[in-house]
Amino acid sequence: MSGFGGFVLRRGVGTVITLLAISVIVYVVFFVTPGNVAQITCGPRCSPEQVHQVAQQLRLDDPLYLRYWHFLQGILVGQDYSTGTSVEHCSAPCLGLSYQGDQQVTQLILAKLPVSLSLVFGAMVLWLILGVGTGVLSAWRRGRFTERLLTGITLAGVATPVFVIGLVLMIVVCGQLQLLPFPQYVSLTDDPEQWAWNLLLPWLSLALIEAATFARLTRASMLETLAEDHIRTFRAYGVGERSIIGRHALRGAFAPIIALNANNVGSAVGGAVLTETLFGLPGIGQELVHAVNVVDLPVVVGMVLVIGFFVVIANAVADVLYAVADRRVVLA
Amino acid sequence: MSEALVASQAAGTDVSVPAASGARQFWRRLRAQRAALVAAAVVALLVLVALAAPLLTAIEGQDPFTYHPSLIDSARGGVPTGSFGGITGDHWLGVEPQTGRDLFARLVYGARVSLGVALGATVVQVLIGVVVGVAAALGSRWVDQLLSRLTEIIVAMPLMIMSLALLAIVPSSFPRPLLVALVIGLIAWGNTAKIVRAQTLTLKQLDYVSAARLSGWGTWRIARRELLPGLAAPVITYAALLVPMNITVEAALSFLGVGVKPPTPSWGQMLTAADVWYQAAPQYLLLPAGALFVTVLSLTVLGDGIRTALDPRAASRLRIGTGRKGEAKADASTKGASGKDAGTKGDVRTEGATTKSTNSKEATS
Amino acid sequence: MSSVDVSTGVSADVLVEVTDLTVGFGSLRAVDGLSFTLEKGAALGLVGESGSGKSTVASALLGLHRGTGADVGGSVRVAGIDVQEASDADLGRLRGGKAAMVFQDPLSSLDPYYAIGDQIAEVYRVHARVSRRAARARAVDVLDRVGIPDALRRSRSRPHEFSGGMRQRALIAMALACEPELLIADEPTTALDVTVQAQILDLLHTLREETGLGLLLVTHDVGVAAESVDEILVMRHGRAVEHGPVGTVLGAPAETYTQDLLGAVPRVDARRVRSEGSSGSSPEASSAAPEVVLEATGLRREFGRGKRAFAAVDDVSLTVHRGETLGIVGESGSGKTTLGRMLVGLLKPTAGEIKPGGGVRPDVQMVFQDPVSSLNPRRSVGESIADPLRARGERDEGRIRARVRELLERVGLEGAHYDRYPHEFSGGQRQRVGIARALAADPRVIVCDEPVSALDVTTQAQVVALLGELQRELGLALVFVAHDLAVVRQVSDRVAVMRRGRIVEQGPADEVYDSPQDPYTKELLAAVPALDPEVAAQRRAVRRELATA
Repeated sequence: MSGFGGFVLRRGVGTVITLLAISVIVYVVFFVTPGNVAQITCGPRCSPEQVHQVAQQLRLDDPLYLRYWHFLQGILVGQDYSTGTSVEHCSAPCLGLSYQGDQQVTQLILAKLPVSLSLVFGAMVLWLILGVGTGVLSAWRRGRFTERLLTGITLAGVATPVFVIGLVLMIVVCGQLQLLPFPQYVSLTDDPEQWAWNLLLPWLSLALIEAATFARLTRASMLETLAEDHIRTFRAYGVGERSIIGRHALRGAFAPIIALNANNVGSAVGGAVLTETLFGLPGIGQELVHAVNVVDLPVVVGMVLVIGFFVVIANAVADVLYAVADRRVVLA
Repeated sequence: MSEALVASQAAGTDVSVPAASGARQFWRRLRAQRAALVAAAVVALLVLVALAAPLLTAIEGQDPFTYHPSLIDSARGGVPTGSFGGITGDHWLGVEPQTGRDLFARLVYGARVSLGVALGATVVQVLIGVVVGVAAALGSRWVDQLLSRLTEIIVAMPLMIMSLALLAIVPSSFPRPLLVALVIGLIAWGNTAKIVRAQTLTLKQLDYVSAARLSGWGTWRIARRELLPGLAAPVITYAALLVPMNITVEAALSFLGVGVKPPTPSWGQMLTAADVWYQAAPQYLLLPAGALFVTVLSLTVLGDGIRTALDPRAASRLRIGTGRKGEAKADASTKGASGKDAGTKGDVRTEGATTKSTNSKEATS
Repeated sequence: MSSVDVSTGVSADVLVEVTDLTVGFGSLRAVDGLSFTLEKGAALGLVGESGSGKSTVASALLGLHRGTGADVGGSVRVAGIDVQEASDADLGRLRGGKAAMVFQDPLSSLDPYYAIGDQIAEVYRVHARVSRRAARARAVDVLDRVGIPDALRRSRSRPHEFSGGMRQRALIAMALACEPELLIADEPTTALDVTVQAQILDLLHTLREETGLGLLLVTHDVGVAAESVDEILVMRHGRAVEHGPVGTVLGAPAETYTQDLLGAVPRVDARRVRSEGSSGSSPEASSAAPEVVLEATGLRREFGRGKRAFAAVDDVSLTVHRGETLGIVGESGSGKTTLGRMLVGLLKPTAGEIKPGGGVRPDVQMVFQDPVSSLNPRRSVGESIADPLRARGERDEGRIRARVRELLERVGLEGAHYDRYPHEFSGGQRQRVGIARALAADPRVIVCDEPVSALDVTTQAQVVALLGELQRELGLALVFVAHDLAVVRQVSDRVAVMRRGRIVEQGPADEVYDSPQDPYTKELLAAVPALDPEVAAQRRAVRRELATA
């Protein structure tokens, strides 16, 4: 067990290093671009006074490492900003101020986070159930018509971009058939039923493509396991097909599924951006697209860091789960 | 690699057994898969359309950039005049709402952007991935640590988010399609590097690489002659998966309005307003969506086919027990033919296995 | 064929009855008209080289070919069930319930994700209507029975936490769980070290004595069969060559193939025979002190760092003289391969010195174990052999080709094979190519790392003979690294026995084999299966003594 604890510890340290490195890269890429950073940060419509103020806030006169240090300090312990006349305290984790409306980036993100989390986690449940279920069914009915049908469907699913599925679903379900109203976000705490109904289409659009990927992976790893020696052992001892599929072949697919789920958090977040934009859900993704379009750099950087944080944490958690699913990893 | 190919093809003529040449076997196995062949044909057609885009639009007599205000009914909010989105003999697929630009021309020029950006991004990903992966696998422990850590960081960066953000800050004077390709390529090489590193480490353990070292060759020559050809198969397989992925990413970025920008046509961009205009004529949704679907689907099927052709063992493992009689028998007979190998391998004692694991331990620590 | 004995006893006593069995995979006939019977409590050994179809027969007994697309003809009756005609339910009852199978590789034959005890319990519950708890208790029971210490605790471990021998015991426990009448063991000890092999064979022997279990043993190793069975059936190309009691088939084989097979089996108790032609090169014949061509002092090699560091080789010193063969023998994990790789310069020693030293050098070459991975599949064999010539700076294509052709012919292949690719050759031929490549560098020493362990016994004998010839002709020194004590004795002038990274005994081959000093060497020698069933019984007695002592 000490081996396992050590593994978790090593993985944790690695995660912190990765997070720091990402913050450095993101900071350098976005705040050390050629040209007048203050002008880019503030946006094209800023007056010279505003640009000057931004330059001060960004401490553009300081050397780079000091600027990064202040940025990091803001995240870890908070920071005070002078907005001309008054001093505003931005408590940790402080990601800076937005220049469109002088809002604190952290507050902005916190306000949008529940929407995005609802979307991604709901969709994740859906794609795991749909994807793994389809994969198990294909592996069980291998060689039959069912398998070929499911293979065709999953292939089509893999080939359809999130926003195409979303568009088609929205147009068909809300527009033509009018089965559902066009989605509008309702908070889970306000009205759980409406929350679910309104998120149904976004969940489906985000989940279908991921589910197809999972179905392919589940089927492939189960078939691979089915060809392994230990399956032959259980066949030779009269163990039934149901147990071989449901107990032994599926167990072999656990670790790859966990790994893929972690790997796909990044792409799922990308899909969430598209889904939110498409359905007009007021989440982080929509806010990010907006910030990108108006070149609100502190918001962009803050969003990228927060999303990066979630992805890295998800990867770390998946690594630990993977090790639990396959203890041999720890020994290697 | 080419040298080996030529040599093997020459050898292939006088021996009855098919030559070891990767290429020959690869083509034979690829030809055996009907779906992959159809997909390859579709991909070839798409590439042809993309290359011949100026020619095709010249035949139609249109170009993707000219506005046709006369074809737009501004009273009805910019819907094209005439039925079916303004389909006429001049405009084969109708015109765009609001601008009146020719839809056919924009669609075929869109293929250029889509395929061009995806291929460009893939080339960047593969180049960086191979260089970093090989360097990590062959370099000293410190080089490996550094590059592997860097790869981990790159893998952790969400592609869509990072490219969205990066594309926002680069001045718009930079040629946009090239920029999109570069950004995707520069962010998403992590997995390629991981695969290449792992494969190189595996190859490095093989006895024939040790034998080459014993014969007195230097590291560079061994890497070139013994390792790189062995990397070709996994790299090609993975690159074939990357292309459709990159097409999707480009389309998504353009859909969000940060990728390829007007007036350059792109399929993703054409879908941006599709939810508004589809009621005027369904082709505003169906054409770009269909083009994307067919392209990504055929590239994915082709990618699967390439993988099957390059790694038949993995493929036959996946096909065992599918019950398709012809295939099952073919599998069984190839297994029978290679049964001798299997038998001899089986007879190898555990010593080999234990040394391998110690060696790989050394490699990872 | 004529010697196949289809004795039809009282049908109640017949456990297995195979009549005219054929198994085909497409155009390939793996088994071709095989018939035999096995009575209750008897033991039959199916012996053959790779590709003889022996494992296919084992699978056919349990109907494992059903649904795989293989064409199975003839009839198979096991414990009263017609395997060909049986319903799926009947087949399910047969598998594990009446006839249980033990496979070659105990690691891959168990599910890596579940505890051993759970896997045994699962199988048991297929055949016995009992509660989970009772099945679990049964699993602990049988684990205890096959000699797994602290069975209750160990039953909760997963396969990778067991050693190879323990895993094979666990598989045998699984087989015993449902009290079958027949045990089918398919190469049950091939993946194991010789001392562990002896333990497993002894276990099988004891179980048979106690339970009256019938045994069908499939093996390539005649010695293993001689240790364990009453009757032997020699197979080749899917047919029976010879069938009879062990003593008769091994003592006085009637068929030429059996004679050749037995002739090729190396014997641990036979002295090395040097052909008369070897005059000056053999060390015992030369009066002057032989030249030392390779010398290692205090070699040590560690793997891993920090807490996980361990020394694969520890304080090993040895010398190799011109024209002699030094055999290095040891079980898996003894460090012999690591030692071999250090001697040729592929691995750097952590400590110690090799003379002449300095990394890889042309005068010390290596022949590798695995004939599949030792040749680059993408390059013609000629190109591989030419590597040392080109690396030395030879540019003249004509001279290179001529030299490679000469080498190919020297190792018993054809010069025209230059442009062929590795997959066109058999394992033995590939090993010859590997030898030619080593010779191309004009070495003084060749380190052979398990050069014949992946080969069939007849091919093995040919390759060993080739190495001997080359040694005499070229005055080569050989370092012969192997796990097989008999092969090592066959080729070596001097022998070093390794255990856990150290040399425990070193000396002239005959001295070490005939009067071993170290207890580990004694244990190793006692574990080698004997071809003579009577000797086998004696050795088993010795092993019991050693175990109790």
